[in-house]
Parts: sequence; structure tokens; C-alpha cells
Amino acid sequence: MKNCMKCMLDWVDARFPLTSNWKTHLSEYYAPKNFNFWYYFGSLALLVLVIQIVTGIFLTMHYKPEATMAFSSVEYIMRDVTGGWIIRYMHSTGASMFFVVVYMHMFRGLLYGSHRNPRELIWLFGVGIFLCLMGEAFFGYLLPWGQMSYWGAQVIINLFTSIPFVGPDISEWLRGDYVVSDATLNRFFAFHVIALPLVLLGLVVAHIIALHEVGSNNPDGIEIKAKKDPKTHIPLDGIPFHPYYTVKDIMGVVVFLIVFASVVFFAPEMGGYFLEANNFIPANPLVTPPHIAPVWYFTPYYSILRAVPPILNSQFPGVVAMGASVVIFAFLPWLDRSPVKSIRYRGPLYKRWLAAFVVSFLVLGYLGTEPSNVWGQFAASMPIIGGADRATVVARFFMAIYFAFFLLMPWYSKRDTTKPVPERVTA
Amino acid sequence: MKNLLLILVLLLPTALLANESIHMERAPVNLDDQASLQRGAKTFINYCLNCHSASAMRYNRLQDIGLTNEQIKANLLLAGEKVGDTMTVAMNAKEAKVWFGAAPPDLSVEARARGADWLYAYMRGFYRDDTRPTGWNNKVFDKVGMPHVLYELQATLKPAEYDAVVADLVNYMVYMAEPAKLVRGNLGLIVLLFLGVFFVLARALKKEFWKDIH
Amino acid sequence: MAKQAKQQVDQGKRNFLIAATAGMGAVGATAVAVPFVASMLPSERAKAAGAPVEVDISKVAPGEMLPVEWRGKPVWVVHLTPEMKASLGKHNDKLSDPMLEVTSQQPEYCKNATRSLKPDVVVMVGICTHLGCSPTAKLQAGGDMGADWTGGFFCPCHGSKFDLAGRVFKGSPAPKNLEVPPHKYLSDTVLLIGDDSKGTA
Repeated sequence: MKNCMKCMLDWVDARFPLTSNWKTHLSEYYAPKNFNFWYYFGSLALLVLVIQIVTGIFLTMHYKPEATMAFSSVEYIMRDVTGGWIIRYMHSTGASMFFVVVYMHMFRGLLYGSHRNPRELIWLFGVGIFLCLMGEAFFGYLLPWGQMSYWGAQVIINLFTSIPFVGPDISEWLRGDYVVSDATLNRFFAFHVIALPLVLLGLVVAHIIALHEVGSNNPDGIEIKAKKDPKTHIPLDGIPFHPYYTVKDIMGVVVFLIVFASVVFFAPEMGGYFLEANNFIPANPLVTPPHIAPVWYFTPYYSILRAVPPILNSQFPGVVAMGASVVIFAFLPWLDRSPVKSIRYRGPLYKRWLAAFVVSFLVLGYLGTEPSNVWGQFAASMPIIGGADRATVVARFFMAIYFAFFLLMPWYSKRDTTKPVPERVTA
Repeated sequence: MKNLLLILVLLLPTALLANESIHMERAPVNLDDQASLQRGAKTFINYCLNCHSASAMRYNRLQDIGLTNEQIKANLLLAGEKVGDTMTVAMNAKEAKVWFGAAPPDLSVEARARGADWLYAYMRGFYRDDTRPTGWNNKVFDKVGMPHVLYELQATLKPAEYDAVVADLVNYMVYMAEPAKLVRGNLGLIVLLFLGVFFVLARALKKEFWKDIH
Repeated sequence: MAKQAKQQVDQGKRNFLIAATAGMGAVGATAVAVPFVASMLPSERAKAAGAPVEVDISKVAPGEMLPVEWRGKPVWVVHLTPEMKASLGKHNDKLSDPMLEVTSQQPEYCKNATRSLKPDVVVMVGICTHLGCSPTAKLQAGGDMGADWTGGFFCPCHGSKFDLAGRVFKGSPAPKNLEVPPHKYLSDTVLLIGDDSKGTA
């Protein structure tokens, strides 16, 4: 029996690098032994991707990308299709959990300098994945064809109208109609279920290949490949990914699934943040809901869009600022001039700026879910800000911090005091 | 990191305060009360379904709330309808628009769009207003096009009895908006129980292997 | 890594834990697969559309046929004349399965000379057992089917021939008799196709 397995494996290996790939990426991929909590989110992101693809395939078997049938086909899935509600809730919960996991994964990078030399390309592929994910979320959100779907798409597409000269034509081209309509729904479906997933999968493969080429970073931000065993050439602080990190990640996956199942089975609407009440009203091109806001994972950028005042009667600067707030992540490897990578050995300047960034991200995120008059207005008698919406002024302040975190980084990261970095990883 | 947490904790109350809206009485929703759901279904079919459809809801789905196909056929179906049919409405949408100013919306998922509390307040919120074409207005839906369909009930029943009729109706509409809700929680408990055991094993496995490292 | 040698690894415990987690994983994966596999079964809508069909047969005159749709398939209700009924017993030697030995093609209660509950009303699914075409009714004897034709059905796709009870003639490409669907009578003239359960209707 054993012999037979061996000869089958040999047969395959002579034709396909199965064993060598297994070694390169798992059993002889040496990862630093000091991974902590933050290092679960990479494999979890992969898990959510699989969940979204599998549930998505089964949803397309029943969903109708057609304006008169889309809304009712979703309810059809929720009621008439056996097990349909589980699949649909897994997909809707997966969408939000994808962003939770990816935001944690990105924050890990900021903590331990995972974007720094030699991992710039990993980071760039990652930013590409993030952009793709935002596209997936945006296109997918139109598909249930509820009021929030409809008006969300309407607002975002109309952002392009503000591009000087060609804007209106671009919006019309994107919609394929004069308003968001059946044509828009049909093409968004195509983007959501095939175009972007293909790009996303390609980028994920590139992200992992690049990672396994240079090796994983770690909470100490030091290169384990610098200290190798002279005989075996294995990094002294490295352990084989399989079995050590496979068993650790299985544990992480189970914890994640407990959270995931809790949402799917007990709070699929998540208080209106994962599934919004207004999206249970079919799309109506004639009536806009009284308060529309994007889904929670887009609200920080939406806040930035609203915070920028129109210049020369044009919304364009706001659109540019919103775009910049996302794309600016791509420049991080070159903005960071610190001699050390990990926050453990950085000085107080970076720590404070990172804390300020996280706070501004969260405040902007919260404000994006609320109308801009949520906190009322400043008294008219106040200088400069008199009469302005309080929330808008606050959003502008935190927007400034958000951008300053990136734009001032070359300066503060360089002049920050740092602690000496150890030669070997700490436990 | 600690400062960061502190700031978050300080920000939390503002977030909670900002969400407060008009106070509405909590609707007494209890999906375990099959008798209430059945009374609500009957009220819904007798009163609401004359003008509103519930096109995602099949009559035979009412087996969920303890009715048999025979009972559904005998008590709830109009002539010519089958138990597998969805709750459609004979009224023409265009004519309805002329009569009420707007086509009565489909109510399949109304309870998820409006919330149970709103429905409970709405059905008990009708008051006389001669400036309105129907002679009725509503406390939570100003200038509503719908007349007070349960008027006769409200006129003949004691207030507490009328509230109970509305409560049953709302209860039913909450169920109808998401029939899976009846099984979701129980299934979830089984899944969590399974994952709990799985976690204990996965943690033991991880610890066993990581003995090599530590 | 280096410590591995120093410590004694309890391989038995390790193997047990691997087997236990793998087992849990397999159980979990199977459980997760259930709703996905089940979602491909006929939905409530398909079931409602495929529900049993009630047919009033009082207006089907002897020698006529009423096509009914059940589960998207044509079902024929044929009212036999006494001559038609008589003809059914005379050509058993030309049939592939005159004694209805292929039990899948009719319910037990239709295993009789006319393959029916009522001797003059035959109910069958109008789908050829060869490759799924719907045969054409040639109820009258003779005509363009030739002098020895006693009435029945002719499949235009590959020329299979069936008699008035849906039994296939020898030499046809079709291997089996036409299928008789489950059915019952709610009253003398009301037929229910798709349900033969006893008890109330």
C-alpha cells in the first residue's frame, strides 16, 4: 500500500512539481517562530475569500440579474431555495468580515513594518487586492436591488460626473443608461461574479508568491534569513510552516468561525451595519430614502469625500481626496524612513501618529454612517466655524490627521528615537 | 495602545447617544407563540391581503407556524388558489395608485424594512383627520394614503384587546419577513456547540505540536 | 527546532489529536456541504409548480384525448371507445412488454389490460422512453399509419410506436412502455395527477 502511494507520487512528481511545491510553500517554508495574534488574519483572509467564492457560486444559481426580478430572486433564495438563507447570510456576512479581516491584516503591516524593504511588492499586491475588494463590495452591493443598493450606486457613479470635461460621459458609460437601471445591474453582475474575482485571485497568488520569495516578516521586524544554521542553511529562528503554523491557523480558523457563525445565525443584520433596513425596500428610482450612507467599511472614505468643500463649484476635489485616501496606502513603503521596522523598537513619535491615525479612521468611519448634521451646528457667533455643521468640522480635522499620518511620515519616522533591535527574535 | 483604547471608550457614548431617535413602544414579538402567529396570519389574510400582496410568501409555508395544508385550504385560501401559491393580490396596481395615491407596497419583508416597533405603532396610530381624502391620518406616518382598515375592530374591541390583535399581526409579519428566523437560532446553537468542541481539540493539537518550539 | 531531540515526543497523543481534529474537520465540512447540496434540489417554487394537477375529465368524449401539463411534462388522458378497448387485447405478440413486467413504468394499481384505474380512461406521460420526444397521437385505426394500425402513438423523432395503452411495439427504438404517472380519482369525473396517496385530498 505504502509502496503504491510512493510510486503514484513519483509518477506525478515526474510530471508536475507536487512534492517540491509542498516543500517550498509548506513543509520547508520557514516562518519566524514568534508570530502573534496579528498574524492570523492573512490565512483568515484566504478563508473568507474561499467562503465568498463558494457561496457566490451557489447564489448565482438562483439569483436573477434583471431589474424586475433581482429583488424578488433574493427573497426566493431566502425562502424557497432549501438552505438558501444560510448561503445568502454567509455571503452577506462574509462581505463585511472580509473587510474586518483585511483591515486587521493591514494594521498588522503598520505595526510591524511589513511593507518595508524587501516586502514592497507584497504590499503593492496587497493594495491591489484591497482595491479589488472594494470594487467587489461596490458592484455586489447593487445586486439585491434594494433602495440602498440603488441609491448607493447612483451616488458613487455620479462622483465621476465631477471629473472635469469628460465626467458626465463617463458616468453614462458606466451606467449604460441615463440612470442606474437594468443595464447597470447586468454589467455590475458581470464585474462582480467574473471580472473582479479573476483579477482578485491573480493578485492573491502574486501576493503569496512574493511573500514566499522573501519570507515572512515578524513582530520584531528583523530578517530571520540573516542568521542561518551554517550546516542546514535553515534560519535559526524559523520553523516549518507545516505543521507548526497549519495547526496554529486551524485554531485561529475555528475561533474565526465561532465569530462568523454567531453573526450568521444570531445577528445577520448586525444591527443594520451588515444588512440595512432600507435595503428591504425594492429599488425605486423616484424616491430616495431620507438618509443614505454607504456600508460601514466604506464610511471613512465617504466622510473624507463629504468633508472636502466644493472648490469653484466642483465636487471634484472631494472625489480626488477620497481616491487619494485609499491609494495613499500604496506609497507607504517609500514614505516610511525609520531605521527599524517594528513598533517594538520605534520611538514615541510613530506610536502617537499611528494611534492618531487609528482614531481618525474610526471617527471618520463613524461620521460616515451619520448625516452631516448629526451633532448640530456651531453657534453663528463663533469665528471662522460659526454656523458650520459640527460633524463636518470634526471630519475635516480628522481628515487632516489621516493624511498627515502618511504625508509627514518621511519626516517623523526618520527623526524618531529608536531602540536597538536584537539580533534574534524575542519570544 | 492603552491611550488608544481609552480614547475609544470615551468616544463610545457619543456614538450611542447619536443613534437615539423618536421613542416607540416595543412591539411584543414572540415567534415561539404559534397561536399568536396563527391569529396574526388570519388577520393579515383577512384585512391586509385585500390590497397588499406578500408575493414572496407561500401559503403552504404557514405549516411553519403549526397549520396543516388542509387547515390552510379550508380557512385561508380564496377560491381557485392553491396551497403552493404565493400571497398575491387581485387588485390592479394602476387602479390602486389612483385610489390611494400610491400602489400599496408588497408586505413580504415590510417588518425588516420598517421594524416591528414601527408597525406596532403604525397600526395603533390612526386618528381622524377630515383634511385627508380617506378621513384618516397616522401618528407615525403623516399623510398616509392607507385608510384605517382595522377601524371596525378598534371601535368594537376594548383598547387592550385591539392592542393584542395588532400585536399578533405584527408578530406574524415579523415571522413572514424572515421565516428562517424560526430555525436560525436553534441551528446556530448546534453549530456553536460543535465549534466549541472543535476549538478544544484544535487548541490541544496546537499545544502538542508547539511543545517542540517552546 | 534544536529542542526537538531533547524532548520525548508522545507520538501516540499526537496521532490521536491529528485524527480527532481531522475527524471533526471532516464532520464539519460534510455538515457545511448539506445546505449547498440541498440548494440544488427542486425549490419550493418548483415544487409548487410541480404540485399535483386536478383535471375535470367529464368533457373528454370517448375516442378523444386531453393533454394536461404536469411538472412541465405532457400527460395524456385518453378516453377509450369500446372498440379501442377491444383492440388492446389482440396484438400482444407484437409488443415488447405486453404483460407489463417492467414495473417502473406503471404503478401497481395500473397493472391491468388497459394500464388504468378506470377501464376506459388511460393516463400516461407523453414522453417517449427512447430519447424524450413527445409522440404524436394517432388514435384512429388505419389512416396514414397503414392498414394494420389499431390506434396509438407515433414518435416523430425515431419512429417508436405505442398502442393506446402506451405499450411499445416490437422493433421500436424505445425500450420501455410509456410511463403511467401516479394518479387517483377525487370524484367520478375529477382526476388528480401526481398524487396517489390515500386519505383526504
